[in-house]
Amino acid sequence: MDKAKRRSLKVLGATLGASAFAYAMAPLREFTKDLTIDQFLQKHYKELTKADLAALVERLERETKQAYGKEVHIQDFRPMENVEFGYALNLSVCIGCRKCAEACHFENNHDRATNNSYIRVLEMEQGSFDLEKGNAHYDHAVPAPGKYYMPVQCQQCDNAPCVKVCPVQATWKEKDGIVVVDYNWCIGCRYCEAACPYHARRFNWTKPEVPTDEINPNQGLLSNRIRPQGVVEKCTFCLHRTRQGQLPACLEACPTGARVFGNMLDPKSEIRWVLEHKRVFILKEELGTRPRFFYFFDS
Amino acid sequence: MLSVASHRFVAVVTLASSAAWVAACGRDEPLTFAPAPSASASGPVVIHDPPKLTSIETGKLDSHGRELRVACTTCHGVRDAGAPFPEQAADLREFHNGLVVDHGALGCQSCHVAFGGGEPRLRLADGTTVATRDAMSLCAQCHGKKHSDYKRGVHGGMSGYWDLSRGPRLRNHCVDCHDPHVPKYQPSRPVLPPRDRGPVAPREANHG
Repeated sequence: MDKAKRRSLKVLGATLGASAFAYAMAPLREFTKDLTIDQFLQKHYKELTKADLAALVERLERETKQAYGKEVHIQDFRPMENVEFGYALNLSVCIGCRKCAEACHFENNHDRATNNSYIRVLEMEQGSFDLEKGNAHYDHAVPAPGKYYMPVQCQQCDNAPCVKVCPVQATWKEKDGIVVVDYNWCIGCRYCEAACPYHARRFNWTKPEVPTDEINPNQGLLSNRIRPQGVVEKCTFCLHRTRQGQLPACLEACPTGARVFGNMLDPKSEIRWVLEHKRVFILKEELGTRPRFFYFFDS
Repeated sequence: MLSVASHRFVAVVTLASSAAWVAACGRDEPLTFAPAPSASASGPVVIHDPPKLTSIETGKLDSHGRELRVACTTCHGVRDAGAPFPEQAADLREFHNGLVVDHGALGCQSCHVAFGGGEPRLRLADGTTVATRDAMSLCAQCHGKKHSDYKRGVHGGMSGYWDLSRGPRLRNHCVDCHDPHVPKYQPSRPVLPPRDRGPVAPREANHG
């Protein structure tokens, strides 16, 4: 092989290599537009040291202050030892007032324009159990004759399809049974939203707009802190409340007491009494998702 | 002997340095738990004291814009105890005119007892009387199943703490939600209609 041919091949190879490298690095050229170096280098929640965590919380609080003009307090609430949460809902007394959905809306700093909420209340025909026929958009006095109401939110499945399909492990199940999302790790592919049989996950199509004075400043890193655009979010059983011993916001808002929440490992808890004395059932049992959210009717 | 010791030393140093390296990288730092609920401590469970049991609304507002209520004893504390007690709400002529009662076959005297002076009282089926504040035991005479659910914390709204070792809980009284005279929970307009993306049409409209 002559020298000229060898040199031209070298040049060709070098050019190809350089352009491939430039193409691979292309995202870096744009990352300053809506991404800081801190955000770009952000590690997965489970890999954060205490120092990383403190830095992340400090950064998120600062960013919230810049974007929303509100001093918020973000904390990393860890699961409590010897606690596994369970939730039960009495369909006999639910009247479909949607106060739970409203409380969720305000507690979890949801986007105001879309009336977003982790709870969807379905109006169902009495005697029917077809969730596909449930109407979430009813707007008349409730309870309407011949109807019953079924609030549906994240069922915190023990065998959660949403966790399995996540390609980047941005969502996982914690020791107390709550399925959480690392909003900094989520790539927004929405596989989990598609996988959830309960339609429990929500996607932030836009940056959530919340008036400054309506922002709930008590925020959990894995729960109700204001989510960025382009990530998936879900009900966390209000872990920023429940991991401190408080009741979830939807339960407190329920005027009828249809909701029962507690520690399933405590034999004296209310939720255990319901599980042992009421004929509870779970939604779409045949899918094998093993929810921690139970429904029952008064006998 | 010496060489074994030195080998051990090297091994220990290697282990220590790799542990430090792992810690520096942030891996293998176990996620911590919050402490478990304490079994012994038990926070107070307070049952709300509904104003309805000791006063009556007037439909007027006071100077602070609050609902103006008049205590039962304002009138009943001075009324003659011997006044005949009506059988039905329709028999009320002087006061509480137009009171609507829709509660099974109950009449006034099923629950109320004539009294003179002091706090008004309620009558149980066995003839004993209780303060209006304790109306729950009166309701429980017929609604035993609801009452046992209530006692187990699975009926009636509440707020506060599920973990009573960390804080108190406030529970609704029966009459917070159920007017004793018209106990059926009244229909209301639902709040917060969902506004999904795009036009929102009820399913019936879509599918005929």
